[in-house]
Amino acid sequence: MGLRELLNGVRWGVHPHDDHKRPAADVPLRVMPLPERLCVPLLQHVGAPALPVVAVGERVLRGQLIAAAQGSVSAPVHAPSSGVISAIGEVTAPHPSGLPFAAITIALDGKDEAGDALAPHADPFSLSPAEVSQRIADAGIVGLGGATFPSAPKAQLGLKLAVHTLIINGGECEPYLSSDDSLMRVRADEVIDGVRILMHATGATKALVGIEDNKPEATAAMRRAAEGFAAIEIRPVPARYPMGSDRQLVQVLTGKEVPSGARTASIGVLVNNVSTCAAIHRAVRAGEPLYRRIVTVNGGAVAQPGNVLAPIGVLIEDLLAFVGLKEAPARLVMGGPMMGIALPHAQVPTVKGCGGILALTANEITDVAPSACIRCGSCVKACPMGLLPLELSAHIQAGEYDKAEAKGLDDCLACGCCAYVCPSHVPLVQSFYHAKGEVWKRAQQKKRTEFTKGLAQARTARLEREARERAEAAARRKAERAAQQAAAAASANTAGGASA
Amino acid sequence: MIAPIASVMFLGLVLGLILGYAAKVFHVEGDALVEELIELMPGTNCGQCSFPGCSGAANAIARGEASVDCCPGGGRALAEAIAAKMGVSLGAGGKADSGPKLAQVAEHLCIGCARCFKVCPTDAVIGAAKQIHGVLHGACTGCGSCEKECPTGAIGLEPVPLTLRDWNWTKPALAG
Repeated sequence: MGLRELLNGVRWGVHPHDDHKRPAADVPLRVMPLPERLCVPLLQHVGAPALPVVAVGERVLRGQLIAAAQGSVSAPVHAPSSGVISAIGEVTAPHPSGLPFAAITIALDGKDEAGDALAPHADPFSLSPAEVSQRIADAGIVGLGGATFPSAPKAQLGLKLAVHTLIINGGECEPYLSSDDSLMRVRADEVIDGVRILMHATGATKALVGIEDNKPEATAAMRRAAEGFAAIEIRPVPARYPMGSDRQLVQVLTGKEVPSGARTASIGVLVNNVSTCAAIHRAVRAGEPLYRRIVTVNGGAVAQPGNVLAPIGVLIEDLLAFVGLKEAPARLVMGGPMMGIALPHAQVPTVKGCGGILALTANEITDVAPSACIRCGSCVKACPMGLLPLELSAHIQAGEYDKAEAKGLDDCLACGCCAYVCPSHVPLVQSFYHAKGEVWKRAQQKKRTEFTKGLAQARTARLEREARERAEAAARRKAERAAQQAAAAASANTAGGASA
Repeated sequence: MIAPIASVMFLGLVLGLILGYAAKVFHVEGDALVEELIELMPGTNCGQCSFPGCSGAANAIARGEASVDCCPGGGRALAEAIAAKMGVSLGAGGKADSGPKLAQVAEHLCIGCARCFKVCPTDAVIGAAKQIHGVLHGACTGCGSCEKECPTGAIGLEPVPLTLRDWNWTKPALAG
């Protein structure tokens, strides 16, 4: 254990020597000019995809609802600028598979005409918590740290479970990324106001804002903005990946550990990202739905790296054209280098949860062939969840997914610390990604089998009932016929008797 | 004379009661392994395995007369579960999993003869006489019973297109 770990008391995770955040983080925020078209995806959140409420050929205005939320855990989607809907169909998803997903394509007219936005409210504290949540829901706000869980159901859950503390995540622990940093430097007042609104919506009495100590400018700006609000405390936390993970941040800030398989709300805290808070401020105070966000564009191949305020649904190629490329990137990544998604190509739209686009050069990618595990235990020391990555990996390689589950596969955050520190370059986190998918698939298959088994039993019961009913009907007809014959015979007899 | 007869009779009575009680309590209803296998099987009795229903297949697997991967409806996951229960290794020699397949009606060929939905073990095919039939994908097990009934070849098993929800990473290869 190094001196740093001893001093700050954090014994998990990794500390990349060069976090590549600067100089991009220090470049002033730029606003991206409107591109020719936007592809706004329908599924940008956890839950059910939004349902389009516009038709091809229809003209839409900035802030107009173009797809409505479906079900309780979902989020609506709004037009980021004015233009004509040119297509509603499939575009390549920001996903390593390169598979398509549904999106609404808008051919922008460049006028950027504003439509009827949501009703702004000057004093959100006079609203009831439920009304505030409704406004958050109507604005389509989801967790902007990357998890993209719809914020309104989350706030309602916090209210229901009577959380006492809000943890505001300004960790931004992924290397290369600085979108939250840039937001806190430029719009600290919006963040703090959003925190206050969210405290009102959840009923929390205290808010702790955790900011990694590698962002002194953001910490200073946030401290200034939070002056006069005793309930909001700005707390610098050690810069250590994955500090931005909710469980780790909660543990560092409150000293409490979230139980395995439980939500943070179970110990009375709710975690929200700083960008989400700023979006909540804009939605409630100004009636602005979530249709744009700050995206870090960084990486060795980018000519002018920095933070860009870009409309949601902008194609990566347009974004890269705006910042310029020095060379053809060897790999495009959405998100950070540790947990981000390698993109199949640049004709992919951004989503609400996209905080960064990286255009990496060949030098920035390590593609080393794995060698055998030497059982050094580095991965065990690095794992922020206290798991045994080498054992999990061994079980998964042997196809023993149930044993991997028994050893805490569900607790794995897929943060990638284990694979990062492994001196043998064993694909540890890659195995866990595969195993999580496999476990999910098997659970789905099992559910399906149970369902079809029920159908088969219902069918058997139905066929038996039908056969029985047919047999009964036949018996009844036979009895009726017999009775008729008997009656006929009897009447013949009486007739015969009468004639005799 | 009475005492020995009485004591032996008493002993016989007590032992008989114990035996009778044990027979009730430790009663084995068929083969426990077969029961467990039936529990794992899809339970649709589609007959694709050529055994009389799922219980027939479970019996055959338990006796070692059928391979553990004989159920096409269950796919690779079921084969692995049965192999684990039987304590045998599935190995690479097992049937290659060609991915899930579900029944699909080609509307331009369907004549509405109503034969296919009469054989469907899960009532997944819907329709009526002289109406084009359709398949409820949520209920179809891909057993293929309907395929054999169709006089025009309109209904058949088609691979399920991969979606974002179902896609998964392949298992990464280790050194070696």
